[in-house]
Amino acid sequence: MSPVLPTPRPSEEPAPATAPTLAATVAAVSDPALADVPPVERQLARDMVRHGLVVTPVLLAVCGAVWGWAGVSSCAYGLVLVFANFLLAAGMLGWAARYGSSVLLATALGGFLVRMLLLVLAIAVVKDQSWIEMAPLGATILVTYLGLLFWETRYVSASLAFPGLKPRTKGA
Amino acid sequence: MLDLVTLAATEAGELEAGLTAIGRGIVYVGAAAGPGVGIGIVVGNAIQAMARQPESAGMVRTTMFLGIAFTEALALFGFVLAFIISG
Repeated sequence: MSPVLPTPRPSEEPAPATAPTLAATVAAVSDPALADVPPVERQLARDMVRHGLVVTPVLLAVCGAVWGWAGVSSCAYGLVLVFANFLLAAGMLGWAARYGSSVLLATALGGFLVRMLLLVLAIAVVKDQSWIEMAPLGATILVTYLGLLFWETRYVSASLAFPGLKPRTKGA
Repeated sequence: MLDLVTLAATEAGELEAGLTAIGRGIVYVGAAAGPGVGIGIVVGNAIQAMARQPESAGMVRTTMFLGIAFTEALALFGFVLAFIISG
């Protein structure tokens, strides 16, 4: 009679490898250590607004030279909208990041819709006013938004690639 | 059919306004839906990255914020162009 190889009982079988569950992922992201991350979104938004304030006189002068006083006021209005959009987005995401991943996702998507709605309302309210020209307003919004983003992306990329060149804050 | 053509000819102003409103609505929906999907992908992947490497959360959030802002630029293009085209 040939010997029979012992087979493991069901209770002794090793647990099969499974993908992490949604609850485990949420728990990992909701780790209190993540709340200690500095509010990088606010730093980025403040940086972009500071850069935007530097180029504001140039933009106002260009719009004024091409479209007159209506161009200046439209350009100023567009700049305010862009700065407010950046600061609002940063504030919302920074606030949501403290409460975990689900709140962050909901705030990112909901905040996008709310901000776009506010932007459309802000433009729709003033578009028939005599001191608004749509061409400089649209051009200012698009140029400023993309320009500041590329500027900040370049700065962030350089900071990540060459951490030693990153400017230090006072007292650090 | 002739009545419809006659109606369109007599109510040309209203027809044009209605078509403009429909076109503007299509632009708004398109401009919001595409970036909405993009932001969902950006944030979803950022959350996954933070779950895998919590110590790099600061860098991931920085990249996520810039990614969201770039994706939003598409929506801004749509909205602003819709306003400029419709006058």
